[in-house]
Amino acid sequence: MNNSELYNYTLRLADNALILGQRLSELCSKGPFLEEDLAQTNIALDYIGRAQSLYNYAAQLSGKPLSEDELAYRRAENNYYNVLLVEQPDEDFAHTIARQFFYSVADCLFYAELTKSKNETLASIAKKVIKESKYHLNHSSDWVKRLGGGTELSHEKMQNAVNALWMYTDELFEIDDIEHKLIKEGVAVNSSNHKSLWLAEVTEVFKEAGLSVPENNFMMTGGRSGNHSEHFGHLLSELQYLQRAYPDATW
Amino acid sequence: MVNTKLNSNHVFNLISEIPDPEIPVLTIKDLGILRDVKWMDNSYQIDITPTYTACPAIPFISDEIKRILNDYGIQNYKLSVVYEPAWSTDLLTTEAKLKLKQYGIAPPMHTSCAKKLDASKQVQCPRCNSHKTTLLSQFGSTACKALYTCKSCKEVFDYFKCH
Ligand SMILES: [Zn+2]
Repeated sequence: MNNSELYNYTLRLADNALILGQRLSELCSKGPFLEEDLAQTNIALDYIGRAQSLYNYAAQLSGKPLSEDELAYRRAENNYYNVLLVEQPDEDFAHTIARQFFYSVADCLFYAELTKSKNETLASIAKKVIKESKYHLNHSSDWVKRLGGGTELSHEKMQNAVNALWMYTDELFEIDDIEHKLIKEGVAVNSSNHKSLWLAEVTEVFKEAGLSVPENNFMMTGGRSGNHSEHFGHLLSELQYLQRAYPDATW
Repeated sequence: MVNTKLNSNHVFNLISEIPDPEIPVLTIKDLGILRDVKWMDNSYQIDITPTYTACPAIPFISDEIKRILNDYGIQNYKLSVVYEPAWSTDLLTTEAKLKLKQYGIAPPMHTSCAKKLDASKQVQCPRCNSHKTTLLSQFGSTACKALYTCKSCKEVFDYFKCH
């Protein structure tokens, strides 16, 4: 494959979208109330649609007769390259919101840049995606403010979720040899430049929400190279069940 | 069977009246989903675009297009889903917006005047025309809608979000 870096890069983007979409879709019919149930499943659908267009492109790049579904449903755990943040479970609604907020701030910065990529396919997907990302960010930052500035209990839960997920935020800005090469070609986004912007935006919302930015500097990483947290296998067993039991199932 | 070559405008018209499966008062032409039909390399190049990346209507619409073309004996075509330029509610015609309102869905404002959804007074109730409305939920029954409440007639209604 001539495009192995581009293939891996596209797969990482697709995996982030698929796994976050899967986590959010687990909330279907279990949302805290009806409107929010609809909101979370709508957001989940946006991510799954995004994953589908990216897997479609990755399948073309692979040079093999792969389908989107094979990429999405039939790889082994260590062949998924999503960041650890998106696979973290929904311990409570505050965790869902903290995960979404951290991810969406980074996602908006990332996809706004990707619209300028020299790779036409990625740029055109990004132009579509960025509109949805902004909507997700509005939604999650509103909730951070509501829960952070709400009752004593909602504040405590929100702060706990922020503290628990903080260690997964550094990985959002990691770049390695794959990105270095593609950044030189004008294809990839240099997300390592986004960390200070991200922190500034998070800090501003936290200020309004009365939440404190964790001081803990211990950071977890590994998802982007296929080393996942213990939750990931459980997520995959549900995600992959149907395609494993009935390969190429259609309806 | 039609053997003579139809011009691409004619093919466009054949498929333009396909209704959107979720908002059947609007056609794929009204919504701007059907983007273009061109004659190139001895076949019709048909471009459609999704409203949202995960728009579930795309497979339905594609099947409808194939069915209609098949009915007219047209075999030489290529159907592509294009993402660029990204779909926007600004593509909706004035006529389409009026049809939406009559159907009970408040039509989208122009994207330039609504950067962020809030309890904006500008969303007008499609039933009683009151401007006293509030945002109930940013997300509605489909990806393209949000839920509002009218304080005048007390009804809940869908707003087609600007996008
Ligand atoms: Zn009313």
